[in-house]
Amino acid sequence: MLALKSLYQGFRDPQTLAKLAKLIADEATLCSEPIKIMEVCGGHTHTIMKYGLNQLLPDNIEFIHGPGCPVCIIPKERIDHAALLASQPNVILVTLGDMIRVPGSKGSLAEFRSKGYDIRPIYDPLDTLKIALENPDKTVIFFAIGFETSTPMTAVLLELAEIRGFANLLFYINHVLVPPAIDAVMADPDVQVNAFIGPAHVSVISGAKIYRPSVEKYHTPLVVSGFEPVDVMESILRIVKQKAQGIAELDVQYSRAVTEEGNLAAQSKIQDAFVIRESFRWRGLGPIANSALKLSDKYSHRDAELIYRDVLPDTKIDDHKACQCGDVLRGITKPKDCKVFGRGCTPQSPLGSCMVSSEGACNAYYRYNGVS
Amino acid sequence: MCLSIPSEVVEVHEDEQSVTVDTMGVRRKVSAHLIQEPLEIGDYVLIHIGFVMNKIDKEDALDSINLYREIVEKMAASE
Repeated sequence: MLALKSLYQGFRDPQTLAKLAKLIADEATLCSEPIKIMEVCGGHTHTIMKYGLNQLLPDNIEFIHGPGCPVCIIPKERIDHAALLASQPNVILVTLGDMIRVPGSKGSLAEFRSKGYDIRPIYDPLDTLKIALENPDKTVIFFAIGFETSTPMTAVLLELAEIRGFANLLFYINHVLVPPAIDAVMADPDVQVNAFIGPAHVSVISGAKIYRPSVEKYHTPLVVSGFEPVDVMESILRIVKQKAQGIAELDVQYSRAVTEEGNLAAQSKIQDAFVIRESFRWRGLGPIANSALKLSDKYSHRDAELIYRDVLPDTKIDDHKACQCGDVLRGITKPKDCKVFGRGCTPQSPLGSCMVSSEGACNAYYRYNGVS
Repeated sequence: MCLSIPSEVVEVHEDEQSVTVDTMGVRRKVSAHLIQEPLEIGDYVLIHIGFVMNKIDKEDALDSINLYREIVEKMAASE
């Protein structure tokens, strides 16, 4: 019988990490060009920094941290929108975890909350149903964020709101998609990524198949990896082996959780509730076509973006001048190269979104890599 | 936002489409709305923001752990 602790301790074993590091170093000597691996997902950035995996690798392998932190890529104007929605009469704004601390142009939602706005952080979208039930005279707006991983949960919330007849529950949708972000990164001439570690939980939902076009288009290896340190090191070994052989394939290291097709029930709920948005502006990456979702016509009566469109300005707001979050998200600047890192911008008082979330690259560097 | 540690199903609530899971000693009820196949006590699952995302393939996990053990032993023997 497999014990629960085997399921993660086996993937954190220091001896295994050391041996995998040796195998990677041996294989890397066969590679003619430097290997620049982008880990798209913030969870992997966290693992790399927490376990110091970057220090276990030879000089010709470099990590480039990608745009896969769902909190980090929401532009300021969308946070301002959320604050404006919260300021409407009789509105309760509900949002997930870290989102409440990300600065907008006039402050974070936490600051608006301290001014008396009814803004409630939650860790489970279904808690929104309870809030809607307990406040029948209020309009409850769910500020939905996240990649493919979190989208089906919003779809279930929509479905249940409909089935249970909660007329007072609306949605402000900010769900985004990974493959268009990979395309945006690869289209940037300043970015020199030549391999990818594919997201873990996005792939659990969407299946590894969503990356196949990217692998073929850019001829870059992409290995879908688990979040544990041994997972990441084995994924790097698989990438380096591909590089040594001069091939580029889609590979799944996280096969205990990820299949080619993914979670079909979740995908069906996403298709029922959402359609592709023509364009969405990402923090750091700018507008990317077809990179996000919006509610399908079936749910337009719950779309806060439509219902409150007269109070939501169509203004684009860039980051603070000193903040280089955008360059960090594009993988062309390391967090420690930013002038305000650890000085004007810390996890306690973040200037940019990359410092807010534990999945943000700046936050991970600050926590685990020390501040010089 | 992503929790990588698997959780064990300890109770099934079919009428509510939910299960109670144990994550390193912490028990909580989570939604099973995104899972088509029936969940059973003893299954290992991944949880994301209060929902079961999928079942972990225990055989596959064990195969990986055994493979790592073999690599360590083989390399230790040749050193």
